[in-house]
Amino acid sequence: MTKRDIRFGYAFLGGSLGLFAATGIAAAAEQITFVSQGGAYQQAQTVAILDPAAKKLGITINQDSIPDAWPAIKTQVGSGKPIWDVVDTPTGYCLRGGEQGLIEKLDFSKIPNAAAMPEAYRNPYSVSYEFYSSVLAFSQKTFPKDAPNSWVDFWDVKKFPGRRALRNHPIATLEAALMADGVAPDKLYPLDVDRAFKKLEEIKPHITVWWTSGAQSAQLLNDGEVDMEMAWNGRVSAVAKEGAKVAFTYNQGILQSTSLCILKGAPNLDTAVKFLNEAVDPVHQANLPLNIDYGPGNPKAFDTGVIKPERAAQLPSEPANAAKQALMSYAWWSSPAGEAAEKRWASFMQK
Amino acid sequence: MLALVSPALLVILALIVLPVGWLAWQSIYHDGFTLENYRRVFTEDIYWRSFALTFEISLAVTGIALLLGYPVAYLANSVPKGWSILILSLVVLPFWTSVLVRAYAWLALLQRTGVINQLLRYLDVTSEPLALVHNTFGTVVATVHILLPFMVLPLYATMQKIPSDLMQAGASLGASPSLTFVRVFLPLSLPGVLAGCTMVFVLCLGFYITPELLGGGRTVMVSMLVSRNVELYNQFGAASAVAVVLLLSVLAIFFVVSRFISLDRILGQK
Repeated sequence: MTKRDIRFGYAFLGGSLGLFAATGIAAAAEQITFVSQGGAYQQAQTVAILDPAAKKLGITINQDSIPDAWPAIKTQVGSGKPIWDVVDTPTGYCLRGGEQGLIEKLDFSKIPNAAAMPEAYRNPYSVSYEFYSSVLAFSQKTFPKDAPNSWVDFWDVKKFPGRRALRNHPIATLEAALMADGVAPDKLYPLDVDRAFKKLEEIKPHITVWWTSGAQSAQLLNDGEVDMEMAWNGRVSAVAKEGAKVAFTYNQGILQSTSLCILKGAPNLDTAVKFLNEAVDPVHQANLPLNIDYGPGNPKAFDTGVIKPERAAQLPSEPANAAKQALMSYAWWSSPAGEAAEKRWASFMQK
Repeated sequence: MLALVSPALLVILALIVLPVGWLAWQSIYHDGFTLENYRRVFTEDIYWRSFALTFEISLAVTGIALLLGYPVAYLANSVPKGWSILILSLVVLPFWTSVLVRAYAWLALLQRTGVINQLLRYLDVTSEPLALVHNTFGTVVATVHILLPFMVLPLYATMQKIPSDLMQAGASLGASPSLTFVRVFLPLSLPGVLAGCTMVFVLCLGFYITPELLGGGRTVMVSMLVSRNVELYNQFGAASAVAVVLLLSVLAIFFVVSRFISLDRILGQK
């Protein structure tokens, strides 16, 4: 049973015990509906960020979760009466939603914590909330030493024989292909899409599985179905923690983020803005990686002293790790060129 | 009578007809009338490839399910009642396990480090693990497994209605058992064959979980294009156009089949 269910139970109980008293209290207290992706990840946020923020602001945070918020955002805003306020979703969707009038434009003067973050970590519609990375992961059974350490190695099927998997999605995969072709991590954008697909054609016959879900990527590595793959760092470390002989490198990882954004016409807009500011507070943010293998969205979290250096070294957005990686440009991916590249993926896969 | 069925009709109207109608509407209306979504479906070759692959896989699954299912139904029909109940329960048993779990079970069996590959290597049949999954083969195997009951049950229902004295009559006229089977039993069971095949074929056309989990990303069936289009085009219309084309193909198949056999029979009612 999740925390959310328990709360729902209480709310229900309260409602049936005394309707008048309950509505009186609910009307007095400010509240928002916050939506994330569920599972261990949302649980970790509840402990690190949501509960402390609710307490500090004196508001009620109702939680909802959905693996892919995008269709729901479209329907809710399209209906004219959204029920969600704040959504934690991949940054690209916040941007795209902003351009399509589905997401509120942010007034950063009301969000000082976000205004203090580096510009690459925010955009007019959203603020980075947490970081994860698409990394090169490998089996230590197959590669006890001299493991593949870059996308050039991943593409080198002679020097590093073995089965391979990539994500069945162009985002991060095109970046990896370009790095395999010798493009420096900080010189990727705008992506040379033709070059990336050409390089992908080269590795395609050697890809055993094109995975679609994070769980699948973890299973492939755990069961020894593949010897190396692109995977999300949190998935790989979870498998390693369970005892599988697997590891990964942040070298040439693709640093990705989810961001917080507010639905256009959100029912509790003012409270939502207050919450947004609190959610990226450096201390709350620093507490997140103590509960799950994702890095804080606010880099100031590393200066709070809450994250021990040993722990920081494991996190994707820790400055030294971040320096080895490519920071994903969601602005490029939501540009027409990015959308065209995304559409091209389907025909690449089926050829 | 109308009063009795009206709750069910309302539920169907509210939960099936309205949403499907709304989705179909979206496919032709987005800030004005548009056939763009259909133009895409009929001109871009990824859609053709997916539709072709989906029909190929569905045909293969139907054929294999018929080959596997017919003997089972025949056996269940020719043994005493107690045994036939046992056989049919075994056929229906997998129904109580979710499709997702069964797909994962096949993964555990078929993958490189899976049970079958390890057994083959232990027995020295193969030296390298075979690629049994993450491809079309794995998808077909698991889909056949999931859809097999839809073949066996209509077959069995039809065979039950074939009077056994016809076989005795054939034998008394001097025909061998195999000749009676080919000349008498098989033709009489054909309506069941058609019913089972239609059921399996149509269900397979819309399959999602098995190709998604076991297809390795290369086996892109139509249902997967539906979900992919929501992501790619950010409009339900782009996805529902694919769904509408698939739905119309299914209705067309039902229409053609219904000219040969009553629909009640396909749905196992008569």
